[in-house]
Amino acid sequence: MAQVSNLHHQAGNKLRRVQVGNLHHRKILGEPILQFDKIEKSFFGVRVLKGVSFALEAGHILGLVGENGAGKSTLMNILGGVLPFDAGRMRLSGAEYAPRRPAEARAHGVAFIHQELNLFTNLSIAENIFIADFPKRRIAGVPVINRRAMREQTKSLLAALELHATPETLVENLSPGERQLVEIAKALSIDARIIILDEPTTSLTVRETERLFALLDRLRAQGISMIYISHNLGDVLRMCDDIVVLRDGEVVGAGRRGEFTEERMIALMVGRTLDQLFPERASAVSSEVALEVNGLSQPGVIEEISFCLHKGEVLGVAGLMGAGRTELARALFGLDPAQRGAISINGLPAPPSLRGRINRGLAFLTEDRRAEGLMMEAGITENVALAALPSFLHHGARSFAGLLNQPEIEAAATHIAQSVQVRGAANLRQAVKTLSGGNQQKVVLARWLLAEPSVFILDEPTRGVDVGAKAEIYRIINELAAQGAGVLLISSEIEELIGLCDRILVMASGKITDCVERTDFDRERILRAALGASVREEAG
Amino acid sequence: MTSFTCARSGAAVKVVMEDSAKQRREESAFVFEAKALRNPFVSEYSIFYLTILYFFALAPFTPGLASTENAANIFSNLLPLLIVALGQTVVLITGGIDLSVTSTIALSSVMGAMVMSGDQGWLGGSRWATIAGVVVMLLIGAVVGLFNGAAITIFRMPAFIVTLTTMMFASGLAIWLTKSKTIYNLPPSFNAIGKGSVFIVPYALVVTALLAVALHVMLSRSLAGRWLYAIGHNAKAAVVSGVPVGRTTRLAYVISGLCAAAASILYTGRMETGSPVLGQRILLDVIGAAVIGGTSLFGGRGKVIWTVCGVLFITLIDNSLNMLGLSYFFIMMVKGGVILLAALLDAWRNRLLAGR
Repeated sequence: MAQVSNLHHQAGNKLRRVQVGNLHHRKILGEPILQFDKIEKSFFGVRVLKGVSFALEAGHILGLVGENGAGKSTLMNILGGVLPFDAGRMRLSGAEYAPRRPAEARAHGVAFIHQELNLFTNLSIAENIFIADFPKRRIAGVPVINRRAMREQTKSLLAALELHATPETLVENLSPGERQLVEIAKALSIDARIIILDEPTTSLTVRETERLFALLDRLRAQGISMIYISHNLGDVLRMCDDIVVLRDGEVVGAGRRGEFTEERMIALMVGRTLDQLFPERASAVSSEVALEVNGLSQPGVIEEISFCLHKGEVLGVAGLMGAGRTELARALFGLDPAQRGAISINGLPAPPSLRGRINRGLAFLTEDRRAEGLMMEAGITENVALAALPSFLHHGARSFAGLLNQPEIEAAATHIAQSVQVRGAANLRQAVKTLSGGNQQKVVLARWLLAEPSVFILDEPTRGVDVGAKAEIYRIINELAAQGAGVLLISSEIEELIGLCDRILVMASGKITDCVERTDFDRERILRAALGASVREEAG
Repeated sequence: MTSFTCARSGAAVKVVMEDSAKQRREESAFVFEAKALRNPFVSEYSIFYLTILYFFALAPFTPGLASTENAANIFSNLLPLLIVALGQTVVLITGGIDLSVTSTIALSSVMGAMVMSGDQGWLGGSRWATIAGVVVMLLIGAVVGLFNGAAITIFRMPAFIVTLTTMMFASGLAIWLTKSKTIYNLPPSFNAIGKGSVFIVPYALVVTALLAVALHVMLSRSLAGRWLYAIGHNAKAAVVSGVPVGRTTRLAYVISGLCAAAASILYTGRMETGSPVLGQRILLDVIGAAVIGGTSLFGGRGKVIWTVCGVLFITLIDNSLNMLGLSYFFIMMVKGGVILLAALLDAWRNRLLAGR
């Protein structure tokens, strides 16, 4: 904190204003800086916000939780000036507040940091921070960008945030965590009094998350208020002073942190107690091998990976971001090359090509469903049928130009969409982009189920998925194993791995550092191995 | 895998979770979309309604617009254009673009003429001349398309640059080969393809209709068709799902090249000459017609029937303004404006469908 203040003194006008602002905030600490009063919003006659009221206190972090579709984003878009509201009122520092444009919200000191960061990756840090309002100077009466002022101000902002990069660094060269800091620098540069953080930690490593939290603590101490949206309830409990739970456009719970537990939040979000997030593992693991990997290596990415995945087994892969888990999955599937090593699927050596491996029974759910998983504009049926299309050719037809049996495709897609319970679609022609994250993920799962594989590689299947849909995806994974498929489950949530897996492999810097049996499951041991601390054991 | 994954065998996993409020909300959002589709100006056939509207609005002021001779005239202009535009549609669906079609038409035309011409053609006067000429012309289209497709998929070059350079090269080659002269004296049996007819049905119509139906079936019903759309929607997702993206994309460019060559046969036959500048002015019409019809430049969206409507619209504008005695340049200006308007309509429609 002291360091931050010092830096502020060194900085230009802009930051000095932050300080003045802080004094102001401190005076009214404990009073609400922002009040929502019976906010109403409808889309096409459907009420998505039904009179939402709560207050944000100055210098507090307020955790806003709720399932996808509960109205969190709509409310924040209203606050950020992206959407207008129909009825009710907002008061900012006691004054009426109704922004008509994001720029107006920014002018009032409301900064919105979106989950998918709004940075121009081809521009520098400084340019990104000042993109909305470049500092200017005049040359012969013509206003031009004052690059020096911009650089100096950026420098002091970056120093305050402890981001060690020059203002000229292009954003594309920054890690996700550093990009998040740039967004926060952007918020500070407009003297933000309220910062909205939407799922700020989803793409951050453990270390980056810690760094972000430390920064949020410092900002809070400075009197900046924040609204923190996350599906990670542990983080919410840890960081937030107050918590508001939304369900179906209504506040169903609000209060101080002390009044909440994770269970209570989940119960409020779902509208009932979710007695069992993780289904019971009933099935026995077969002795037959579904996937065998021997000495798989790709220099600089993965090293000497060996393990066996049995039929009916859920094998977890734990590790920190950058441990090589996704890279392993991609190499197994044939998306990325592997220099050495042998892979066999159901006892037969894996063909080199991706298509060959799919035909041999491999399926891969990518971690980035938007970029690599779904055809967002296309309908559910099209998405679901994609991987299994050749199996719907009219009998006899085997070629490219063969005709497909459309009714059969539709029947199969309908059936599989029902069995994984895709929700929120009036019919299966509806574009996938209209579905919530959890339902989109179910569509990708359904696609692979239709291809009838025997080995599933699931890379972060529950990322960005709400609690209800998570439980359903867990149920599906369990069911797959019960029916004899081998499941390789990559996840960053240790709870999830412990709840679902028969065994957990732990990776660190491209190597397997530990293999933990179900009876020995232990958070600490897994985390230690993920940090590369444990002695390497032979897996499989 | 057993019952669960075997979707067609009838077993299902039951995961029960009430979620009715959310579902109701999303259902009503869908009702809105369904309503929007019934409105003619946001329907996917809006351009067809616009064509009819345009026709009836202009018919009273344009003597001869509604005559049978003019209808025949419109069709003879429309058919080859439609063939090229259909090939272009296939490429646009994959998210690519083929700028080389007009040059393919020209190159195909002069090469075919060089084979068939009675003056100095290699097979001039032979009774195989027509067949050999047609085969050579189609082959040129296929080769140009395959080159485009290979450069784009194997060397990962942008379609715009690849087909732009192919356009320049093919166009230059056509002029160089002929020393910028047109080639006359083509076999009558060849010219008949462009001009003749069985009873009252022109061969050109038969060829175009067959091609359109074949492409329609391919796009809407075949495996290759589904793959083409998938690539246009999300090529990465297609790769991950096991779609042979390279092969399918090359197919799209070969189809486009073949279509250009087929159009070249009709044009060349109609003109009875092989010309190195044949079709040089229709690139705007080709891409414009596809896009006006509703095919997306970003891939994933496009239909044969849409492009038919788009071509009809463009041809009608051309024809009607011609009949009003306006100059070529003025027609260009109007066409540019109309294409812009159609694009605006499309953007507006998309926004409406997106819900805001």
